[in-house]
Amino acid sequence: MTTHLKPADAAQALEAVRWAISEETPLELVGHGTKRTLGRPFQATHTLDVSDLSGLKFYEPAELVLSAQAATPLAELEALLDENRQQFAFEPPDFGPLLGGEAGKQTIGGVVSCNLAGPRRVKAGAARDHFLGCKAVSGRGEAFKAGGRVVKNVTGYDLPKLLAGSYGTLALLTEVTLKVLPAPENTRTVLIRGLDDATAIRVMALALQSPYEVAAAAHIPAALAGGVGVEELGSGVAATAIRLEGFGPSIEYRAGKFRDLFRGFGSVEFLELEPSLAFWAAVRDVKPFVANPERLVWRLSVPPADGARVAADIASRLPAEAYFDWGGGLIWLAVDPTVERAGQDVIREAVGLGGGHATLIRAPDTVRASADVFHPQAATLAALSARVKESQDPKRIFNPGRMYAGV
Amino acid sequence: MKMPTPDASVLARRVEIANALRAIVPGEGVIVEQDEMRVYETDALTAYRQLPMIVVLPKTTEQVSQVLKYCNEIGIKVVPRGAGTSLSGGALPLADGIILGLGKFNKIMDIDYGNRTVTVQPGVTNLGITNAVAHEGFYYAPDPSSQIACTIGGNIAENSGGVHCLKYGLTTNNVLGIEMVLMNGDVVRLGGKHLDSDGYDLLGIMTGSEGLLGVVTEVTVRILKKPETLRAVLIGFPSSETGGDCVAAIIAAGIIPGGMEMMDKPAIHAAEEFVHAGYPLDVEAILIVELDGPEAEVDHLIGEVETIARKCGAVSIRVSSSEDERMVFWAGRKAAFPAVGRISPDYLCMDGTIPRKELPLVLNRMAEMSERHGLRVANVFHAGDGNLHPLILYDANKPGELQAAEDFGADILKLCVEVGGVLTGEHGVGVEKRDLMIHQFTETDMNQQQRVKCAFDPDGLLNPGKVFPQLHRCAELGRMHIHRGQLPFPDLPRF
Repeated sequence: MTTHLKPADAAQALEAVRWAISEETPLELVGHGTKRTLGRPFQATHTLDVSDLSGLKFYEPAELVLSAQAATPLAELEALLDENRQQFAFEPPDFGPLLGGEAGKQTIGGVVSCNLAGPRRVKAGAARDHFLGCKAVSGRGEAFKAGGRVVKNVTGYDLPKLLAGSYGTLALLTEVTLKVLPAPENTRTVLIRGLDDATAIRVMALALQSPYEVAAAAHIPAALAGGVGVEELGSGVAATAIRLEGFGPSIEYRAGKFRDLFRGFGSVEFLELEPSLAFWAAVRDVKPFVANPERLVWRLSVPPADGARVAADIASRLPAEAYFDWGGGLIWLAVDPTVERAGQDVIREAVGLGGGHATLIRAPDTVRASADVFHPQAATLAALSARVKESQDPKRIFNPGRMYAGV
Repeated sequence: MKMPTPDASVLARRVEIANALRAIVPGEGVIVEQDEMRVYETDALTAYRQLPMIVVLPKTTEQVSQVLKYCNEIGIKVVPRGAGTSLSGGALPLADGIILGLGKFNKIMDIDYGNRTVTVQPGVTNLGITNAVAHEGFYYAPDPSSQIACTIGGNIAENSGGVHCLKYGLTTNNVLGIEMVLMNGDVVRLGGKHLDSDGYDLLGIMTGSEGLLGVVTEVTVRILKKPETLRAVLIGFPSSETGGDCVAAIIAAGIIPGGMEMMDKPAIHAAEEFVHAGYPLDVEAILIVELDGPEAEVDHLIGEVETIARKCGAVSIRVSSSEDERMVFWAGRKAAFPAVGRISPDYLCMDGTIPRKELPLVLNRMAEMSERHGLRVANVFHAGDGNLHPLILYDANKPGELQAAEDFGADILKLCVEVGGVLTGEHGVGVEKRDLMIHQFTETDMNQQQRVKCAFDPDGLLNPGKVFPQLHRCAELGRMHIHRGQLPFPDLPRF
């Protein structure tokens, strides 16, 4: 019988884990469940719903640090940060609508567990780079803490890094502490229209190689421009976008520099604050692929200069559409649901040539059950990952099989 | 500091082991002569010395793999070593262990401006990476003070920082990929030129693992374009409190400077006498705020910082008007350690991190401790991120002073933990702070960390005796303490 356990606090969560260990029965760890379909489907008779582990522990703007219970809604924390003109600089995306759910529901623990990162990844890193410390329950039914609340800390192993991006397979997070940073005073986007993918990647590389502090670089090919839903972009013309953030005089200065730098690639336009925010939110939340929910969505992380080559290689062999973030290093790819094995062989072959990995983000359970959702690892690395799981969760209590079979 | 007891049976087989290692690393790559091994007996924590059993200097990943596999099979301890600049004794040898020196891994393998990465062997120095790309205007951001000598492999082991990490991050935020060899000889590649590695973040756990998990044989880092402009402001304050308030006010204004360094009165005086940087001598603290970036931004922010400093009660403000002047501002800060070395026969450099708001309390308590221990202390401080470097002045030739200095240092670090900080911000635990770990972590916390080691090195042969105060066998760590039949919490709501 399926049991839905809903602990009221961290102490009860600890009890729940102890019970599962004593029964040797696996648990599916759930906050608000917005990313429940991310990963391999796995067998867990019991759900551990930690959504009541919610609430701020402390927020000290001058110290650039915030701590909250793991299932605190991200939106709540972002509103609080906004009041203090601060932010999570890694710009967590919201996959709610992409995965068929609502926007604005995810929890901070979910963000950390999936190591999310938005367009600012190129400058500010991912969740793992801002995750300073945590309290958690181990696979041995012990409450433990890891990391700390200060930015500079090399005391012992950096366990928070290991837990970030482990999709709840190594421990149950109950409280997380993150670094926060000042929000930019202003934002403007430099736009060049009508570039092909390969030229766009070169333009983005030029921007990222400049000293003008690019806060994001994305390219939306012509066919997807309309799907971004920003009026200024129109539809049917490719858009290559460079985001500038910071103080007014600095943005003005850098915008001028880019106008000169990009002369020769086409006319340079600008998106001011409001359309800029809408554009980057759409890029971040994969808005071009929210419609047509039957299409399978892949996320590819590749060396940025390889972006156009990888996408072209895949598109020549599969019915697929792609757009680029992270200067070409992140490819969002939608493929026709009828392709064989979700297209994984073609996609991974294309990625494999230059190094990188591909993750199947949106697909029905049956597809995710038969395809490798996460990129298959070399034998020595796969063995090491399995031993890490064994060391942290020997009874396979936490989300077993969500990342790899048996892990 | 007690190190693991040498294994007599291993020592008895020294000749046989050396011969086996020579079969793997031919020529002069295996050192057994005491005189030749002397250079390896300590690192930058010179208070501790120990000759290793044998030194091996492999040249290839394959050799590293074979050496580790051999040592794993017959149970020999291995201490990896880069340039030996660790301030915490991370590369301190073991009497019955081999030193695995990576000095011959000194090649730059790939420079890729299109992807903004550099791939090097681990023995390349931190500054060597920047030097390789400087002609194109690029650099590698983390800049520990030892950057001229320390290796990138060692930087990964220690997760090294520097004065620019508030804005640009530590080593862990700037490494994209590594190749490493596990104790069983397995060669594992993590990450690459793409921005995030797949699967578990093993790159994250390797970085800062102090040579206990694996031996790094190749490193890919991201490089950045040099900022267009760098300018610095030198600000004097009537008290450390006002200086601390000013740091908080700068951050509250949304400004993240490239560097923000504070020095207290004893450090200011020592530095000024040494390098004549023109520091004000009638103040209790100085703050150097460095702003970098596009010209227009730096000019704008310099004005903002000046205004903030004035409001905070600064008694002197100087803005660098040339690159030479900026370098002079830094000269005193960068020479602070040798400057203190001139006014005292010996000094201990501590490395705690605290929440910044606790600075006045910590400085006051440190002054009390200074009196109690009868030793002077000078402070330099990465003010932006709360990383303190108290320098404890002592004379090793005076009986009892080394012990007093170590006790004083331990008291400071315990205080850092007490106010919500940590034992070490960038120097590592090593042997130096190993026995203080119990003040920051419970046994459960530490066991959870040590279990990670069981996945990498189940027999505990890689750099044992560092970081953790107690060595546990993996079998012991693996035990479960849960018994069947516990009541599944009747008051737990279910649906």
